[in-house]
Amino acid sequence: MPTPDAPALLEAVGLHGAYGESKVLHGLDFVVDQGGVTALLGANGAGKTTTLRAICGMIRTAGEIRFNGARIDGRATDAIARLGIAHVPDGRGTFMELTVAENLRLGAYARRDKAGVAADFARMFGYFPTLRERLRQQAGTLSGGEQQMLAIARALLLHPKLLLLDEPSFGLAPRIVRDIFTIMQRIVQEEGVGVLVVEQNASLALAIADRAYLLETGRIVMAGPAADIRRDEAVRRSYLGY
Amino acid sequence: MNGLLHQLVSGIASGGIYASVALALVMIYQATHHVNFAQGEMAMFSTYIALTLIEAGVPYWGAFVITVAVSFVIGAAIQRVLMNPMANAPVLASVGIFIGLLLMFNSVAGWLFTYTLKPFPSPFGEGPPLFGGFVSRHELGSTIVTLIVLLTVWAFFRFTRLGLAMRAAAFNPVSSRLVGIPVGSMLALGWGLAAAIGAVAGMMIAPVVFLDPNMMSGVLLYAFAGALLGGITNPLGAVVGGFMVGVIENIGGAYIVGTELKLTLALVIIVVVLVVRPAGLFGKTVVNRV
Repeated sequence: MPTPDAPALLEAVGLHGAYGESKVLHGLDFVVDQGGVTALLGANGAGKTTTLRAICGMIRTAGEIRFNGARIDGRATDAIARLGIAHVPDGRGTFMELTVAENLRLGAYARRDKAGVAADFARMFGYFPTLRERLRQQAGTLSGGEQQMLAIARALLLHPKLLLLDEPSFGLAPRIVRDIFTIMQRIVQEEGVGVLVVEQNASLALAIADRAYLLETGRIVMAGPAADIRRDEAVRRSYLGY
Repeated sequence: MNGLLHQLVSGIASGGIYASVALALVMIYQATHHVNFAQGEMAMFSTYIALTLIEAGVPYWGAFVITVAVSFVIGAAIQRVLMNPMANAPVLASVGIFIGLLLMFNSVAGWLFTYTLKPFPSPFGEGPPLFGGFVSRHELGSTIVTLIVLLTVWAFFRFTRLGLAMRAAAFNPVSSRLVGIPVGSMLALGWGLAAAIGAVAGMMIAPVVFLDPNMMSGVLLYAFAGALLGGITNPLGAVVGGFMVGVIENIGGAYIVGTELKLTLALVIIVVVLVVRPAGLFGKTVVNRV
């Protein structure tokens, strides 16, 4: 839990979000800690993806969003990214027409430290060896799992302090999902990055998360340590399915 | 035989101009998914700027550089002021702006500089033709300038960080913003670059066809045919297509349809490409796996 003297990595207070006239988020309060994994759970249409978009300034918002204590709401998406917030968006956001290598270079677009970028490239190939073999391939021809790996690597190449992951399991075979989550656990431990992960697959997300929030129609209905949420009777029945 | 060779060479020379304008069209097309009908008129207007500078006593290459720079600024300003607010507008709004720009540049040029044909100097000298009479000095010089421009643009997009960011912004603006690319600035740069390339094309064609406010209307049509022939989604294809159209136009004009009907060749090419191979010769259909 955040202490008053050290601000949370990300803190939202009374966050509202809307697409044009239709309001989707109704006053969310949540925090993401440095180096921890926070899961945002909920059914389809609960507002999970919208929450990530709100953080990145991709939709109209009201309320406060603080990153390392400083307000970022109302800023342009590209400026927010340059502060160190990487977002693996809904649908993975692959640059389909470009090569895998170009996709990765774009991930590091905001950085000037060439040596650091080179080292990060090498680390990404350690996490995802397939990407190295496919560097010259057009990214649109990668399989769904490979595109997800590419998206995570691209996001990490920003050297972010906060990583937003939108449904990393979406549309992937269970075995691939397991592989990706195994690597995710390693990444969280080794990179020291704060992660906010959105998942429909609640058991998967709770397995790697420290803290979790449960969203229902744009409101947070439950918050707490991931272990407590996992044990909660109602959550188990509605979202974990056992 | 000599006649054919000569037609081939001048075809390549004018093809270079079409290739430049085709490249400018493709650059805007990739970012907006529309063809900028005003690209030719913008180039014509730039050429008048160059002529004004030269008549004011600025040396040719000085005027050349200033014109390219001013055209870049005009192009970027058009994107910022006119196109940017239209980012989420329906297709017809952009098309309306393009047509409006075409009419505006054409009328303003007529109003400022009159509609009379004006000679435009060639920086490559008058002298006798080179290589046994096949190539005029201007043809050779303008082809070299065109090739330098095309190579520079290619290298810029292929090898620089900024070039990659501009391509990314055109293909996928949402993901580009998420990696920190200021997409609006990239699009403005693209418009500026397209206008600058067009300005060079205008200054290179003007000594051949004389300068008047309608100078580029035919060139734009050939360039469009070239872009379609090579593939409007592929800058390299558009350049090759531009050169091909130049050669087809010259040889077809000299031996098949006659000079009066040359422009119809552009229309024939456009129709044939759209019917037979809509993606163009080198246009790749992007494969997406999900």
